[in-house]
Amino acid sequence: MALVGQILFVIALLFGFGFFARNVKKLVRNIRLGKEVNRNDKPNERFANMARVALGQSKMVKRPIAGFLHIIVYVGFVIINIEVLEIIIDGIFGTHRIFSFLGATYDVLIGSFEILALLVFIGVVVFWIRRNVIRIKRFWANEMKGWPKNDGNNILYFEMILMVLFLLMNATDFQLQSLGADHYTNEAGIVGAFPISQFLVPLIDGLSISSLIIVERAAWWLHILGILFFLNYLYYSKHLHILLAFPNTYFAKLTPQGKFDNLESVKKEVDLMMDPDADPFAAPDPSVEAEEPEKFGASDVKDLNWVQLLNSYTCTECGRCTSECPANQTGKKLSPRKIMMDTRDRLEEVGANIDANKGEFKDDGKQLLNDYISKEELWACTTCNACVEACPIGIDPLSIIVEMRRYLVMEESAAPNELNIAMGNIENNGAPWPYNQMDRLNWAEEK
Amino acid sequence: MEEAIKVPTMAEYMAEGKKPEVLFWVGCMGSFDDRAKKVTKALVKLLTKAGVDFAVLGTEESCTGDPAKRAGNEFLFQMQAAQNIEVLNGYEIEKIVTACPHCFNTIKNEYPELGGNYKVMHHTQFLKSLLEEGKLKVEGGKFKGKRITFHDPCYLGRANNEYEAPRDLLRKLEVELVEMKNCKKKGLCCGAGGGQMFKEPEAGDKDINVLRTEQAMETKPDMIAAGCPFCNTMMNDGVKSKNKEGEIEVMDVAEMIAQADEL
Ligand code: HEM
Ligand code: SF4
Ligand code: SF4
Repeated sequence: MALVGQILFVIALLFGFGFFARNVKKLVRNIRLGKEVNRNDKPNERFANMARVALGQSKMVKRPIAGFLHIIVYVGFVIINIEVLEIIIDGIFGTHRIFSFLGATYDVLIGSFEILALLVFIGVVVFWIRRNVIRIKRFWANEMKGWPKNDGNNILYFEMILMVLFLLMNATDFQLQSLGADHYTNEAGIVGAFPISQFLVPLIDGLSISSLIIVERAAWWLHILGILFFLNYLYYSKHLHILLAFPNTYFAKLTPQGKFDNLESVKKEVDLMMDPDADPFAAPDPSVEAEEPEKFGASDVKDLNWVQLLNSYTCTECGRCTSECPANQTGKKLSPRKIMMDTRDRLEEVGANIDANKGEFKDDGKQLLNDYISKEELWACTTCNACVEACPIGIDPLSIIVEMRRYLVMEESAAPNELNIAMGNIENNGAPWPYNQMDRLNWAEEK
Repeated sequence: MEEAIKVPTMAEYMAEGKKPEVLFWVGCMGSFDDRAKKVTKALVKLLTKAGVDFAVLGTEESCTGDPAKRAGNEFLFQMQAAQNIEVLNGYEIEKIVTACPHCFNTIKNEYPELGGNYKVMHHTQFLKSLLEEGKLKVEGGKFKGKRITFHDPCYLGRANNEYEAPRDLLRKLEVELVEMKNCKKKGLCCGAGGGQMFKEPEAGDKDINVLRTEQAMETKPDMIAAGCPFCNTMMNDGVKSKNKEGEIEVMDVAEMIAQADEL
């Protein structure tokens, strides 16, 4: 009988990790649909950034309440998962608390896990209250209807359930140890410390050993299956950030926020135009003739670079960017969070398309521009970088907005008319207004 | 009261076979906008008074391309950059001072890859360095004790992490510096960046400059200090929309220093 349990457990593990590996593969494949961009320079600075922003949560605490709660959940959850290692070993070999040979250290560990579990539970409950009772504004914007809203709550329910199962499992285990049940007893006496779950014991006090075993086994199984499920839920959720926060902060832009990249393809053409020796009528180099002219800017996810796509999968949908956005605050349609969510949704759609068509993308007549992100949103941005500064996880929504504007202007000549006039003036007069460049020093003579 | 001022150009320097220490990059607003021209003149007076060896490009200067780039017209931006870099490198310019954070950001961050490498300073940074070198004195004068809030320009602050130079100068003016609820890293945009200056805003329920002006007014200031010609215009319009133009003046930090010195 025990062996059956062990076999089932191994099968569950294989399935759980197998699916997870499949999701990771898909994730990497989708991110690689993006264009190349080199973010491998300055590894020390990148590590420092990751340590500060992801590990150290430096930007989370800019909003003290959310930041403090999150640190509890984050640290607690990570540490409690050390216990999963023991659970897996026990599951495979049919042992009971295999690490208990650590003695007093083990008691300290289990005791700490319990306290953290309680703190995580409380933290998550407060998160839930902030979302659903206090209804903090950033969780209730337009783009937060339907799945994003449910997703936000789902993970909170999950973590609550996992923590309760963990504590229930410990409580029954403690009771079984106390009653001297077979398999649960240990020569060293009671192993583990149960500072929290001991208070659950009265709930199960009258139960017989066989009932207790059923409850303990049920909690144990649900807990580990829950974790495996959770692992596979990540791919479909904003909760993917618990893994991607680290690479995302590592690969974030290090240069000053005001520095926008200079398009290489444009540089080549401008160099050619400025070169007095270039012969505009020269026969094109036959080796490059076959090349498709490069598209300027982005109208779909594949025109973005892979870091921008990684950004979209990392977004926690927290809305800090949007709540700092001057355009959004004054009622414009633009929401930098929506830019990130749309990018991810479209990327998923493109990925699914590729899966359905044997590895080839088949034109579906849709794109990120217009089908997801409207021109009105793009033109409302002041390029102020408030969203970039606000993001606690190193995401750059502005770079996507600019890339899409580039497409609108350079491929579709679709800038708002007044902007076209200003740009025409820059081209002809060297200033955004119809003043003559020869009058540029007139101010010095004016009284 | 205002008089024509002597502004040397690079071409004149060149003709004499000399090279100035710094180039004052005036920018489109500083050259053509009536309000911004006053800031330009104030800065010229300060530079002259401090004995700075400077010149301007005059008619050889052209738009840096910032509005074009932020609007998505990379092509036009790089054309502008190439022309300007050709002129700047022709004069072997090493150091540039500008009163426009947009020009500052573009030349400092985006020109190097295109072949333009200069030491670029915002005028508040440069004035601060003059102060530290003892070449310029900054005293309270008529601004002493006035309640003043400083509006951070996005392209000086967040974009380039300079929050203190303008504030240090204001403190030297012995003003009562008060901060808005959104300041420094969290500063709220005036609404002009990214090409917005040249177009109508998208539909919404308020203009951004009005929101920012409201934040400024919450601090009950006597004046609003600015460090950017675009912000200056936007905040001025915001103050007007609140019918406060007689009460709350919007002034560039350089103008304040010049006026305090009765220049
Ligand atoms: C593995 C560890 C982590 C766990 C278990 C975790 C857990 C959570 C949970 C439960 C939420 C939802 C909060 C809510 O409903 O409002 C959340 C949100 C969030 N997490 Fe994490 N997280 C982890 C790692 C990280 C890291 C490394 C970062 C990087 C800075 C991060 C950044 C965020 C952000 C920005 C939010 C949005 C919440 C807000 O601003 O209110 N998380 N996380
Ligand atoms: S850069 Fe654009 S999207 Fe980001 S906060 Fe500013 S206006 Fe909003
Ligand atoms: S981009 Fe950053 S700040 Fe904006 S919702 Fe996503 S995680 Fe939050």
